[in-house]
Amino acid sequence: MSKDTPVVAHTISVLVANEPGILARVVGLFSGRGYNIESLTVAETDAKQSLSRITIVTKGTPMIIEQIKAQLDRLVPVYRVRDLTVEGPHIERELALVKVRSTGEKRVEALRLADVFRAKVIDAKADSFVFEVTGNSDKVQTFVGLMETLGLVDVGRTGIVAMSRGGEPL
Amino acid sequence: MKPEESATTGADLLVKALIDEDVEVVFGYPGGAVLPIYDSLFKQNRLRHILVRHEQAAVHAAEGYARSTGKVGVVLVTSGPGATNAVTGLTDALMDSIPIVCLTGQVPTHLIGNDAFQEADTTGITRPCTKHNYLVKAVDALARTVHEAFYVARSGRPGPVVIDLPKDVLMNKYDYVAPPKVVSEHKSYRPQMKPDPKKVAQALEMIIHAKRPVFYAGGGVINSGPKASKLLTQLVHLTGYPITNTLMGLGSFPASDKQFLGMLGMHGTYEANLAMHGCDVMINIGARFDDRITGNIAKFSPGSKKIHVDIDPSSINKNVHVDLAVVGDATLVLEELVKGWKAREAKGQPKVDQKALKAWWAQIEEWRARNCLAYKSDKETIKPQYALERLYHHIKNKDHYITTEVGQHQMWAAQFLKFEQPNRWMTSGGLGTMGYGFPAAMGVQIAHPDALVIDVAGEASILMNIQELSTVAQYRLPVKIFILNNQYMGMVRQWQELLHGSRYSESYMESLPDFVKLAEAFGAKGLRCSEPSKLDDTIKEMIALPHPVVVDVLVDQKENCFPMIPSGAAHNEMLLGPDDKAGKVSEEGMVLV
Repeated sequence: MSKDTPVVAHTISVLVANEPGILARVVGLFSGRGYNIESLTVAETDAKQSLSRITIVTKGTPMIIEQIKAQLDRLVPVYRVRDLTVEGPHIERELALVKVRSTGEKRVEALRLADVFRAKVIDAKADSFVFEVTGNSDKVQTFVGLMETLGLVDVGRTGIVAMSRGGEPL
Repeated sequence: MKPEESATTGADLLVKALIDEDVEVVFGYPGGAVLPIYDSLFKQNRLRHILVRHEQAAVHAAEGYARSTGKVGVVLVTSGPGATNAVTGLTDALMDSIPIVCLTGQVPTHLIGNDAFQEADTTGITRPCTKHNYLVKAVDALARTVHEAFYVARSGRPGPVVIDLPKDVLMNKYDYVAPPKVVSEHKSYRPQMKPDPKKVAQALEMIIHAKRPVFYAGGGVINSGPKASKLLTQLVHLTGYPITNTLMGLGSFPASDKQFLGMLGMHGTYEANLAMHGCDVMINIGARFDDRITGNIAKFSPGSKKIHVDIDPSSINKNVHVDLAVVGDATLVLEELVKGWKAREAKGQPKVDQKALKAWWAQIEEWRARNCLAYKSDKETIKPQYALERLYHHIKNKDHYITTEVGQHQMWAAQFLKFEQPNRWMTSGGLGTMGYGFPAAMGVQIAHPDALVIDVAGEASILMNIQELSTVAQYRLPVKIFILNNQYMGMVRQWQELLHGSRYSESYMESLPDFVKLAEAFGAKGLRCSEPSKLDDTIKEMIALPHPVVVDVLVDQKENCFPMIPSGAAHNEMLLGPDDKAGKVSEEGMVLV
């Protein structure tokens, strides 16, 4: 395998002990070894066993991706590392909060497009909306792009969470 | 919480936990945050504390102790500067996979984050330079954390573990928790020890059908324990194949054995590197395809099938893509390979292509006949190689351990001293830490009080931890420091000569101390030798003296270390000597270190 092999995005799920510093370990590993993080989400998913799930989207050649997984697996508080991209079909979702400030025709158009994208209005003022939109990153990005001409003032995105299809756990 | 009658302070719990982990020696330096621990140490006599003169030296001493015994080395330093001074040693231990538990003091929990006096974010700073680290926030977790830390440090691929101990945790009271009798499986950390039998069987097939094989064994064999070296030797003898060692692997196979090709890599032997380049099956056991070994990756051993045995899955395919990976402990893998080979033999199956093997050995002997370690001897000045040859002559029949600093002397030591057994050779391989050898030698001497322990040093490296002369004086450690003094940072000068037009920028050591007087100032013995004819007597005197001795050997200032694979070059593009250097370094190579 040479360095010319294609760079592909991979979505990796990491199950970790929810303890202080765990995120720093994971992020430090990426920065220290020069790997990319395209997206990162983390939250506790099992309070009883104190487990967190980290979803990382990263890019690299197959050799680099293998390294990333092996390096993650080597961290003491890491339970499991799964590469959803290679382990069969999976779904990815992202949530964004999108604040739009406009009046008149633009305001109406924003609301109409929100409907098309099945975005929910979660805050409304006379001259503004906050939309909640979920979907894959492409959809979220498209929606945000459309809002740019309609008074976009603020965006917050969660990054990607992902899960394999079918009944198997991580 | 009101402490119960039987409860003890965190510091006492810590000491008890260390004793239960079979710790005998702690290398350390006191300070405000660890005073409760020093008080606990004062009140007992099971644990011996060795007071170093700089925290970096404490870690290197623990490394020397660990590498020469196979046990976990233990370090105790205070918060802030104590911990930051230990960072170089921790990184060194991480790179060379040395099991260390380093206890660092910390400001009390309520002051953490307040920029308190002698506060540093120790777990933050040491996160990338340890295998794992802990901040103990409550005394109830202390004993358990210590036991877990020892398990993590010594199991799998060994490495340094830091336990950060806030002062209030050390003073609070709690009941002791003994280490688990059977090391129960850690929740998330489970190193793979046993290899996959299918992979072992495949490896055996590849080994049997090799026509131009070479074994390439590294520090993983040593870390796996002396049994791994025995099994490796057995397997190499059974197969009749050639073997080379990495710098960290020296001693895993007897150097005097005919099948041994010497060290490989940047300053490895001609025969070892060409065998690596020309082999058809490479059997890597416990080595990690380090850039000092491979040279130019694109040209590394182009025609070979590669087997990689390693306990650390992240070592597989990191630098070099291999054809077969066997993840597991070297001892267990070698055991299976030896067993498998013998089973084949018992069945009387046709095995190795002996004709091909014979031709391969004939080729290797041809390379060996180049005598790549030859040097021009001199009657007037001491050649560093000569000094090491004479040193080896006088120590080879004695129970001896060698440590080194980093640089030319280190490579010459690796080339000219012969290691017949594992755990006898302590050197900073991965990190290349100048100042490693002397404190490491102290650690070795503590573990082996009656052995001859020699730090082969350069005059530049030795100055990086020279303060430890005070430690060896205090504990009457008869460590010998054998300085090959060429008044240059030799390896820097060599690279400047080869790559930077002999512009010796800042590599000349002006104002060197008088090492003999320096030794005497610390209560050690100093010797000096500048004539080849007097070298033997000096070495004999050094060995005979029951004290710490500093030997200042004035060697040829201009001698360079050969053979050498220049940066960016391949194994078959070695420089064999000083007349062999014109235009060999590519621009790409210039960028490499």
